[in-house]
Amino acid sequence: MNENVPVVSPAASPVAPPLPKEGFIRLSPLNRRRLQNFKANRRGYWSFWIFTILFVLSLFAELLANDKPILASYKGELLYPAFVDYPEEKFGGFLAQTDYRDPVIAKEIRENGWMLWAPVRFSYNTHNLDLPVPAPAPPTWMLTDEQCRPIAERNGGTGCNDIEWNWLGTDDQGRDVVARLIYGFRISVLFGLILAGISSVIGILAGAVQGYYGGWIDLVAQRFIEIWTAIPSLYLLIIISSIITPSFFVLLGILLLFSWVSLVGVVRAEFLRARNFEYVRAARALGLSNATIMFKHLLPNAMVATLTFMPFIINGSITTLTSLDFLGFGLPPGSPSLGELLAQGKANLQAPWLGLAGFFVIALMLSLLIFIGEAVRDAFDPRKTFR
Amino acid sequence: MTEPLLSVQDLSVAFRQGERDTLAVDRISFDIMPGETVALVGESGSGKSVSALSVLKLLPYPSAHHPSGRILFKGQDLMGLSENEMRRVRGNDITMVFQEPMTSLNPLHTIDRQIGEILKLHRGLSEKDARARTLELLHLVGIRDAESRLTAYPHQLSGGQRQRVMIAMALANEPDLFIADEPTTALDVTVQAQILKLLAELKSKLGMSMLFITHDLGIVRKIADRVCVMLDGKIVEHGPTAEVFDNPRHAYTQRLLAAEPKGRANPLPADAPTIVEAGPIKVWFPIKRGFFQRTVGHVKAVDGVSLSVRRGETVGVVGESGSGKTTLGLAILRLVQSEGPIVFLGNRIDGLRAREIRPMRKNLQVVFQDPYGSLSPRMSIAEIVEEGLLVQDKGLNYRQRRDVVAKALHDVGLDPATMDRYPHEFSGGQRQRIAIARAMALEPQFIMLDEPTSALDMSVQAQIVELLRDLQKRRDLAYMFISHDLKVVRALANHVIVMQNGKVVEEGPAESIFAAPRTEYTQALFAAAFNLEADGAATVRQ
Repeated sequence: MNENVPVVSPAASPVAPPLPKEGFIRLSPLNRRRLQNFKANRRGYWSFWIFTILFVLSLFAELLANDKPILASYKGELLYPAFVDYPEEKFGGFLAQTDYRDPVIAKEIRENGWMLWAPVRFSYNTHNLDLPVPAPAPPTWMLTDEQCRPIAERNGGTGCNDIEWNWLGTDDQGRDVVARLIYGFRISVLFGLILAGISSVIGILAGAVQGYYGGWIDLVAQRFIEIWTAIPSLYLLIIISSIITPSFFVLLGILLLFSWVSLVGVVRAEFLRARNFEYVRAARALGLSNATIMFKHLLPNAMVATLTFMPFIINGSITTLTSLDFLGFGLPPGSPSLGELLAQGKANLQAPWLGLAGFFVIALMLSLLIFIGEAVRDAFDPRKTFR
Repeated sequence: MTEPLLSVQDLSVAFRQGERDTLAVDRISFDIMPGETVALVGESGSGKSVSALSVLKLLPYPSAHHPSGRILFKGQDLMGLSENEMRRVRGNDITMVFQEPMTSLNPLHTIDRQIGEILKLHRGLSEKDARARTLELLHLVGIRDAESRLTAYPHQLSGGQRQRVMIAMALANEPDLFIADEPTTALDVTVQAQILKLLAELKSKLGMSMLFITHDLGIVRKIADRVCVMLDGKIVEHGPTAEVFDNPRHAYTQRLLAAEPKGRANPLPADAPTIVEAGPIKVWFPIKRGFFQRTVGHVKAVDGVSLSVRRGETVGVVGESGSGKTTLGLAILRLVQSEGPIVFLGNRIDGLRAREIRPMRKNLQVVFQDPYGSLSPRMSIAEIVEEGLLVQDKGLNYRQRRDVVAKALHDVGLDPATMDRYPHEFSGGQRQRIAIARAMALEPQFIMLDEPTSALDMSVQAQIVELLRDLQKRRDLAYMFISHDLKVVRALANHVIVMQNGKVVEEGPAESIFAAPRTEYTQALFAAAFNLEADGAATVRQ
């Protein structure tokens, strides 16, 4: 409280102060303080940047790990193989889609132009046919020149430095683990964010309506939720995935059916508590509509509780997808998925790089998200805000 | 001169917040003689409660600490005692009663158990002896039917009874020093008078000393032998009560004493048109029982009350808590469901749907009691004040709305340049001004004021009353003024309605009611409010 806010004498004429300066982004003092609080949490702030960089990079996974060149020039024509499918006829082959890794095609293009490859020349579904050892192959740097020689000699080399490298080895179908991790990270994070986002929106709306109106709406909806949450979602998923092969969006939809309830309770409680606040009553007396009151006055109250749960909801969504994949009820076979990688690690204990790689990526991703969530929650904590 | 029972010497209290220390109490000294009552008086934030809590070392240590000072109790320095030794002093030699009787008792324990616990703890009494002593204490603090009350839970008691139980708990071990931290602030005036009377009786009967903390000078004059006036953590004046009251030396004390709401209502022209004509209004809340939720009865919050307010008039509605005065106000604003006609500016509004009534809210505004709760902490002052304009005056653009806000803030005596700040940067009185500005921005004709001064300090109350009267004069506003504070009502109302249990007990022009109240209830209410006297008739509700 500040007693020094001047009280003007009635003689002065009322003049509105100049409009607040329009900056790049206009932040209210409250949000500015929140941003400061967020930055003050070093761990969360660093996690945020690391995660952002990883996520943005993985969004461009096609440019990082691809079995097609990003750019190619063939007989003076500029081609975009990573984005456009060219039939192999173009290069003298016979397949409907060009296999740029085929030595014959590669040679043909190189002789008539050039190719710009991604750093990793495998996509998530590329089978490395030139493995020096049977799949799952360990990371190339773990192999001896002895083992590499047969493959290397095909290209006129002698040791492991002359063959294509699998930095983290391959899985049991000869697919590069690095490529699968990059794509798997992307699909996991996207799935988590979309699922958490949509289920939060639905959950907040449902909780808001129940808490604000109370009475019969609340009673009926609460009973419905109780019955609904009693449905064992995992069984349902197993049954559904035995009938259809669930795609990304089918899985998202099914999980959404059950995940939206997680926020209803907290939001409902906040609205129940806050709907009798005097400023809400004052807003009603001003003639504001219910929707405006809910959005403007009550939702900000519920946001703190919501944000507290958010990191756990995102992580929960990611782990749900991972565990479904691990059990084999998740994304369709062949999809890059961290859970499937873990399952392979379990099936191939002689190939520890599979399980370890999957474990470290999942652990890193979940930890970063929790740290970020923690920092966001602290930033929105009203007790920390006004220090 | 005898040795003082408690001697506070050079005491300071500081709170550590992050890196900074905030000094809440700054080198205060006072003595309490055996059998004496000393009052600490001051407005909110003056450090009076913190001083009292530090005597019992109940502050949130270690974030609170004492840069200087000694607290001598019977010659022993309490500062040096360990937590274990301190625990023996608390509840035994020094006891305390807090402000809020609703939350000071554990809702899950019976009265018997709560009082008995202290006896067993400090005295080692057996179950049976503790019960006998508890009963004795309940008789002592004047709880009727003490035997049947032993097994009662706190929620089964009224506020006054709970405060009596708290006092019984504090007296259980016959303390030498009794600290009362605003023990009557949360109570109705008639109950307050009873509790004060009880405390005075008990003090003389048991011969204990009392440290009384309050913001209410009327109580001090009634009960204290000596008084210390606190301002910003310092004692600015102290002395015998009569001396301080008759001859205040410090400017702040003089201001405090002069701060009572003064003046009378604006005179009302005889031909003023009627703005609101309501009633008889009924607000009955059904009591539902059983599996099928059959309605077995009703809580008659408002039971057939009529009221009319003319332009430029203030109708004061007074009554104790639970008398239905706020419900009546909300019913007239159509914020709770009610039965009975409400005519506003010639239109019946009682049958209208929420959507239909929305445009009328422009003329029908409200200011609530709690200036801390009625402003959203997440919106700037400009956003709060302009909110009604967004709905009611959609033609205005951003710049025009800011001008209206500036004018409204100026009208309530605030600097328009502060409009982009947030509510937490303002004091209670300033916040209440903002709440009034929010109502005024719409230029309404009728404003329902629901205890707008109750949460404020005395000196600020007077300012708000002045402001309201001034605004009424300039804009010919009609007020419905709800309050339990009769002094404020006397300063503002033309017409007074006294309510009890949802019904009108007495009504009439303010002057005649205040000069000669006719019903027994009103007389008791006035005696309690103006003289802090609890006469036989005053035991209206216990």
